[in-house]
Amino acid sequence: MAIWVDKNTRLICQGITGSAGSFHSKQMLAYGTNLVGGVTPGKKGQLFEEKTPIFDTVSDAVEATGANASVIFVPPPFAADAIMEAADAGIQLIVAITEGIPVLDMIKARKYLQDRPVRLIGPNCPGIITPDQCKIGIMPGHIHKAGNIGVVSKSGTLTYEAVGQLTSLGIGQSTCVGIGGDPVNGTNFIDVLTAFQNDPDTHGIILIGEIGGNAEEQAAEFIQQYVTKPVVGFIAGTTAPPGRRMGHAGAIISGGKGTASDKIAALERAGVSVVPTPSDMGATMKKLIESR
Amino acid sequence: MKIHEYQAKALLAKYGIPVRPGKIVFDVQEAVKAAQTLPEGLYVVKAQIHAGGRGKGGGVKLARSIQEVHDHAARILGMQLITHQTGPEGQKVRRLYIESGVDIAQEFYLGLTLDRERSQVAIMASKEGGVDIEEVAEHRPEAIFKEWADPAVGLTAFQCRRLGFKLGLTGKAHGQFVNLLMNLYRAFVEKDCSLVEINPMVLTPTGEVLALDAKITFDDNATFRHSDIAELRDLDEEEPLEVRAKNYDLSYIKLSGNVGCLVNGAGLAMATMDILKYYGVEPANFLDVGGGATTEKVTEAFKILLDDKVDAIFVNIFGGIMKCDVIANGVVAAARSVGLSVPLVVRLEGTNVELGKKILAESGLAITPADTMKDGAQKCAAAIGRS
Repeated sequence: MAIWVDKNTRLICQGITGSAGSFHSKQMLAYGTNLVGGVTPGKKGQLFEEKTPIFDTVSDAVEATGANASVIFVPPPFAADAIMEAADAGIQLIVAITEGIPVLDMIKARKYLQDRPVRLIGPNCPGIITPDQCKIGIMPGHIHKAGNIGVVSKSGTLTYEAVGQLTSLGIGQSTCVGIGGDPVNGTNFIDVLTAFQNDPDTHGIILIGEIGGNAEEQAAEFIQQYVTKPVVGFIAGTTAPPGRRMGHAGAIISGGKGTASDKIAALERAGVSVVPTPSDMGATMKKLIESR
Repeated sequence: MKIHEYQAKALLAKYGIPVRPGKIVFDVQEAVKAAQTLPEGLYVVKAQIHAGGRGKGGGVKLARSIQEVHDHAARILGMQLITHQTGPEGQKVRRLYIESGVDIAQEFYLGLTLDRERSQVAIMASKEGGVDIEEVAEHRPEAIFKEWADPAVGLTAFQCRRLGFKLGLTGKAHGQFVNLLMNLYRAFVEKDCSLVEINPMVLTPTGEVLALDAKITFDDNATFRHSDIAELRDLDEEEPLEVRAKNYDLSYIKLSGNVGCLVNGAGLAMATMDILKYYGVEPANFLDVGGGATTEKVTEAFKILLDDKVDAIFVNIFGGIMKCDVIANGVVAAARSVGLSVPLVVRLEGTNVELGKKILAESGLAITPADTMKDGAQKCAAAIGRS
């Protein structure tokens, strides 16, 4: 088992004919993801890689293919609209890879999604993968290994770092979720922690946060109350200066809030094994699960 | 993106928000001429830099005559203005705003920004205006009144009225405040702001409400739809190396340390700075070359780090989709073309890592390979004699 995506997930790609969309759609197909269609307005009837049908609208794609998930590679000016189109068409899981969506667009999109039965992952995230079953996003598939550790992270490359360490120690992953580094996003740490806690095949969790906002503090409170599985944590940005946006739109310390030290302290209070350097994530998890 | 106070006020005036008449000037003669066109009696000479705390730092002065305008302008123009936001080296004052002064009955704080927790725009108002609002938030949070704008309908008039009454405003002034705030919200949304602060907003003895200071920050992700805003950018206020990096689509922030970092991914880039510091090394910068670390980008990144006069460079790349051999070739080509003069520690991980390491080893360049981030950070410490 795993969370949210598996071999039964039927995926479409919005923006499948763009450079990033087509490149990563090929990678997802190669990994074995069940990519059943694509959407690019005006390109109806064409085939992607000579087999995957392309549609004008998401509702056409859903009707024809029975898709239940969509991955979005649409450029930033049109990405929030693409998210809402997917929700309107009845897609249940939307994974928005696009980086650079205006905040006010995302505020509206989130409001639009609020009362609909849909989960948004991202935007500005690497996606979600259940190893050997379904890869939705831009992560390198081959570093993953099926197993029992759940990984949730705001950062793409730090997720790969954690996964790489786990796999090289012979430890597999149940599902890895990148929630993205934007200030307004869909799925948060608590959503993922809830799912991992309820997933019998997830035996331990790695949580990777960074400066900005207070999602990590909220996650810590949640862990203290509800999570019984071992959690390893890492927070990036101990050395980040205040008031500067560190790459990710959400990674900024403002008004003294959102510092790494506050987040680390909150996680430690909740019993999370916070590692001092990212090189220690895999080995620390290994120790924790072996000692149980 | 930040803009100057005078630019913010010009924008707000377009939205019908009352401000005092004023003029932007670049030298003392212009300052005198500008003051002569303003209502007689009281003037304010205000340094225009992209940092708060200008008054405390001596960058804002009241003048009661044209001669005083002249004297203050002469003193402030060209000075290195140091505030709690500029850092110890301060920021050079190149522009002055000469504004007509006004009598003040009461000062308020008014701010609009994103509330990340709620995913809504928050409106904050306080009777404790003209002071550091972060301090108020820390020690007397009950002194800050808040409303949140529903994304579907926007800020409503009743919310503005409620805030106005909480601020103790009545009669004509209350009506003016409601108009001001409605207009301010409209500006915030139409121009994709991430922060708008009026600190202070003032009430005059005659019952007028107006914006005495204005600070606006725009959402960098939305500049594509605001060419008028992009024109307000003042490159003098930005670090030259950061401007250069931006032109190559590199996410770079200069810091005060001496070991340069070149990394792919924002989270990994932050973590690389952190791990250097953990081993006693001060990082010279944040640098994310992005997912597609091309030879061209890596070359430019090397040039920027070398122009920053770092003592060593730590390249930390997790090659996922981008293969390590491609990155290794990029690093070697870049290092050759810029003529590497400092120790270079390279940590590669991911797809085709063995091939990547082989390329680095056979390049003939003095590259120190590292197996993990930890190993790389320790080797950087050794390279600059810190271990």
